[in-house]
Amino acid sequence: MPSISRDEVAHLARLARLAVTDDELDLFAGQLDVILQSVATVGDVAAADIPPTSHAVPLTNVFREDVVRPGLGQQQALASAPAAEEGRFRVPRILGEEA
Amino acid sequence: MTAVAEIMDYDDVVARFDPVLGLEVHVELHTNTKMFCSCANVFGGEPNTNVCPTCLGLPGSLPVVNGKAIESAIRIGLALNCEIAEWCRFARKNYFYPDQPKNFQTSQYDEPIAFNGYLDVTLDDGEVVRVEIERAHMEEDTGKSLHVGGATGRIHGAEHSLLDYNRAGVPLIEIVTKTISGTGARAPEVARAYVSTLRELLRALDVSDVRMDQGSLRCDANVSLMPKGASELGTRTETKNVNSLRSVERAVRFEMCRQGAVLVEGGEIVQETRHFEEASGTTRAGRRKETSEDYRYFPEPDLVPVAPSREWVEELRGTLPEPPGERRARIQAEWSLTDAEMRDLVNAGAVGLVAATVDAGATPAEARSWWVSYLTQQANSRGVELAELPIAPAQVARVIVLVNEGALTNKLAREVVNGVLAGEGEPDAVVEARGLKVVSDDSALEAAVDEALAAQPDVAAKIRDGKVAAAGAIVGAVMKATKGQADAKRVRELVISRCS
Ligand SMILES: [Zn+2]
Repeated sequence: MPSISRDEVAHLARLARLAVTDDELDLFAGQLDVILQSVATVGDVAAADIPPTSHAVPLTNVFREDVVRPGLGQQQALASAPAAEEGRFRVPRILGEEA
Repeated sequence: MTAVAEIMDYDDVVARFDPVLGLEVHVELHTNTKMFCSCANVFGGEPNTNVCPTCLGLPGSLPVVNGKAIESAIRIGLALNCEIAEWCRFARKNYFYPDQPKNFQTSQYDEPIAFNGYLDVTLDDGEVVRVEIERAHMEEDTGKSLHVGGATGRIHGAEHSLLDYNRAGVPLIEIVTKTISGTGARAPEVARAYVSTLRELLRALDVSDVRMDQGSLRCDANVSLMPKGASELGTRTETKNVNSLRSVERAVRFEMCRQGAVLVEGGEIVQETRHFEEASGTTRAGRRKETSEDYRYFPEPDLVPVAPSREWVEELRGTLPEPPGERRARIQAEWSLTDAEMRDLVNAGAVGLVAATVDAGATPAEARSWWVSYLTQQANSRGVELAELPIAPAQVARVIVLVNEGALTNKLAREVVNGVLAGEGEPDAVVEARGLKVVSDDSALEAAVDEALAAQPDVAAKIRDGKVAAAGAIVGAVMKATKGQADAKRVRELVISRCS
């Protein structure tokens, strides 16, 4: 029983806005299954008393003072934008997200 | 285009169903800077002027948490009687709307900073309803999209969208209630009173501008109906774009009537986001709700966990304002108000505003008079809540001071207030720009008095004969000649002295 189904891969691809062909779905489903099973080995080793780790460095509470520092100007902010209009980033319309 | 929704009579709805609510309130904190970068956090401004590599999601930039925002989040949690997490993390909520340039929103997922609280809400007739709080978590606001080419400014039909990221990254606290049930026909009123009380509390905490009209306080209303006697919750909808307290009440009521009509016809409620239409008081379908799995939340690797020490939490508890209920009782005693007067003040949503006006230098009587009469009229004619009027307590206090100093008459004071409401700036600037100074120069007034006396010799003769009451006609003429900018009391003195 694979740890990830072909349908789940297709769903994830859609969420990530990746155009994946049918052949690629077969290929990736197999490859991802190998990766997930390999990672699962780590899960077997970790005992119940070992909490999942998200951060390798044991640091907490790194805060910044609430003091304004100048950022980019509008011109600089938009300099690398593929398209801009009226001081704003111009993006294609969003299809099928909201009707 | 959209079919007109069938509506069930409200009384029928509450006779057949029990409404169940869930309210999500987003509060923008008024910190100096954004949540994860040092860009200024200000409303308005030219587009994309308060942006930096971090809030634009540029490669190589890294977020750092604003300590003041954490402090505000903890204070809000404590004021809502919540537990404060000993350890919690931020999480990435992944999605592809361009309102976040990063393709994710930094939020909190299953580890909110505050959880398990409550807020006691007093309804208009004095009944107290305890609304339980599920959680309050930290996140960042999105940018603002302008949809071009569509007829309605909505995404649908738009040819392209224009993005302003000034608001992207502004600290946001999302406060989520547990399900609120058992309120029956009063559900819409409970929803409104909850948001109103929450707003009062947040204003007292001084953590946000809490302006619904400017979006610094936003409410999403989850509504479902359960047939009487049923034990399973119905399918809920989430109504967004609810931009005033009145709209909260209307949106809940409308959804109840719409869902009731669907259910009695044997239809099914679609779990979806709906948009409230202010003009018609209706809701329309938006996007189907994505499941939370679809957001693929995972712990934010670029931010270390937040672990507020218990000492810090207790220190912050010491900075909390009085709970709204106790505060009302104290204010009523201090200002010697009757129960009825106090209730009027509460219903007008004016307690905090009057208190702030008093703090800014007005007497309670003067402050109360402005807020519950003239300003309440203005709010009603605009169809907004008192607190949503574009005038601040300090500005009202300044007008009161100007009246007390004799620089403004009551009539002129209203004009100054109108100017502030029209966006003409601070009271002093309105006085200057509109030329509303009281004419206090005696020589100018004497000339006007002499002119009026000369124009009405018969009246002048009566006054000289000691019939002081006749002076009113001359005072009226002078007030008219000076366009109401004279101090009527001073004019009267001058009339009498010129006739004796
Ligand atoms: Zn920034």
